[in-house]
Amino acid sequence: MVAYIVRRLVLAVMTVWAISVLSFLIIHLPPGDYVTSYIASMSASGSAVSADEAQALREQLGLDKPIHVQYAKWMGLILQGNFGMAMEWGRPVADVIGDRLMLTMVISVAAIVFTWGLALPIGIYSAVKPYSIADYAFTLIGFIGLAIPGFLLALVVMYIGFAYFGANVGGLFSPDFAEAPWSPAKLWDLTKHLPIPAIVLGVAGTAQLIRIMRSNLLDELRKPYVMTARARGLSEYRTIMRYPVRVALNPFISTIGYLLPYVVSGSIIVSLVLSLPTVGPLLLKALIAQDMFLAGTIILLLGVMTVIGTFLSDLLLMWVDPRIRLGRDGR
Amino acid sequence: MADNAAASVASPALDVAVAAEDRIAVATQWQLIWWRFRKHKLAVGGTVVLIAFYVVALFADFFAYVDPTESEAQRSLMAPQDIHWFDEGAFRPYVHPLKGTRDPKTFKRVYVPDTTAKVPVKFFGHGDPYLFLGFIPADRHLIAVEGAKASETLFLLGTDTHGRDLWSRLMYATRTSMTIGLVSVALSLVLGVILGGVSGYFGGTVDTVIQRVIEILRSIPTIPLWMGLAAALPSDWSVVQMYFAITIIISLIGWTELARVVRGRFISLKQEDFVMAAELVGCSKARIIFRHMVPSFVSHIIAATTLAIPAIIISETSLSFLGLGLRPPAISWGVLLQDAQNIQALVISPWLLYPAVAVIIAVLAFNFMGDGIRDAADPYL
Repeated sequence: MVAYIVRRLVLAVMTVWAISVLSFLIIHLPPGDYVTSYIASMSASGSAVSADEAQALREQLGLDKPIHVQYAKWMGLILQGNFGMAMEWGRPVADVIGDRLMLTMVISVAAIVFTWGLALPIGIYSAVKPYSIADYAFTLIGFIGLAIPGFLLALVVMYIGFAYFGANVGGLFSPDFAEAPWSPAKLWDLTKHLPIPAIVLGVAGTAQLIRIMRSNLLDELRKPYVMTARARGLSEYRTIMRYPVRVALNPFISTIGYLLPYVVSGSIIVSLVLSLPTVGPLLLKALIAQDMFLAGTIILLLGVMTVIGTFLSDLLLMWVDPRIRLGRDGR
Repeated sequence: MADNAAASVASPALDVAVAAEDRIAVATQWQLIWWRFRKHKLAVGGTVVLIAFYVVALFADFFAYVDPTESEAQRSLMAPQDIHWFDEGAFRPYVHPLKGTRDPKTFKRVYVPDTTAKVPVKFFGHGDPYLFLGFIPADRHLIAVEGAKASETLFLLGTDTHGRDLWSRLMYATRTSMTIGLVSVALSLVLGVILGGVSGYFGGTVDTVIQRVIEILRSIPTIPLWMGLAAALPSDWSVVQMYFAITIIISLIGWTELARVVRGRFISLKQEDFVMAAELVGCSKARIIFRHMVPSFVSHIIAATTLAIPAIIISETSLSFLGLGLRPPAISWGVLLQDAQNIQALVISPWLLYPAVAVIIAVLAFNFMGDGIRDAADPYL
């Protein structure tokens, strides 16, 4: 068990490191740096930036040092909890991102809860009554759910809300609460706005999980022990829920490791369509303004949050699956 | 994943006559796969749809009837036009020419059909000149109008904000989006087969390292990463440079699933007797891999490849939709959908969402075909 935790932890740390290098690369890939795009935007608005000023700005931001020094400096600052300045905003990155990063995770987790809450009963039903009309209907809906990219679904939902109900279904807060400090009323407002983004984000994952749950459980139900249980007169409910479902659940839970990055990834683009106050719109803005420092930090933090989530799900899997708990890694 | 489909398709029909059984006994592996695939109706349907899509991609300039980049402010945001198929009882399709005016109250442009005039619509008629297959001068189009310019009279799917014809743009977008899937999956395949093969055949430390790399790549949220990489591309690159840069970015992260499949097959095949036999008679490693092992899992690779393409198409569409992938003047499904970003504009002109239908159909068709190939290749998987 300890070996399993250590292995997962080492992998998580390595992943974080890989993400940090990739984020740093993204910051430095574009031919210009922040100063060049700053000069461009200044000259577009009519005021010029002299070469001396540009040089001073570069030194101030540490952009004149060799690349590995910049990486070390960046990492050092981040480890101290200092994420630097969001240049365009003139505020610390932590300030700009803080709430938005948390909301991104709230939406992602809500989407996963929705995914599981729906996929589990439907998967069980489809396996218990295979080739029934409902099973075919779910399979069809599942296929379509897989084929529609999240942002298209978001567009359609927005369109329906706008065209038929005359309401803006986007956003996470009512206008009254958008800028208000956190309070129970604001939390309740958030809860009311959460279902639509959660459903939009969760549909593709749900479709996939239904298929996994259905085929796992179908395999289990064919096994002799189920027949034994039935022959002994166990009620149908107990026969199915007691053992086959629990066995079929394991591969189901282990998919969360891949589900979380997938949902977080999708939330970025869905947020843009539904105008949710997550890091998505911020990331796009930063990338377009070539504020790569802010963008890199967002990508890094998103990655780290995802890794932490995945690690937690691994611990959950360990708690559920005795094969892992007892030291025989089933995977 | 598709065990349900497998179960319904795999079992060779029981009522096959004895003669047919003989036929099965001597059939090659590919014939068997084809026979099983044929029974999977959804997969066959998907394949037909995909062939149609690629025909459109290949002959986009024939299916389009005007230049997709020709813009005209006087024709912005026209609604899809009705074609009248029958003229006085006979099959003579025609359209009414449209006249654009401004609504004096809302200042919105409105288009009124001129019901007194008829413009005949012809199939395979003459239109704008183009180069068929890139080198044969031609001017025939699938749809053309007689006695008028198509760009002024024909608007099958309406126009966008710049007055460009959506039907023609959709045809060219199909070319870009459908080929980007192919090019990108080809790159992923090379990476996946080499790394997955090395990982599965040699095992040991190499295997561990490659598996860890795959696990790391899979636990990173891809869209932010793609966005970052795509935004880092110089904005002054040409359409062709952007096209290849985007395919490379997408395949750099997309190879992991293919590598996983290849590795799994290598590991299970390595224990087969015929591989051991080949080793004992002293075959070289290359010969064992390419002569003995590869032929027995090519079909699996084809299935995995087919199933990887829809994800790539969605990725490209998403990136271009955000404005970080292909950029105008390039035309792809994602670029077309950029116009649909503004929800108010979409409510006024819902036809801007039509390219989404193409995306969904293509993705579904690839999924059905991929599932069918996988089930046919190995019904017991």
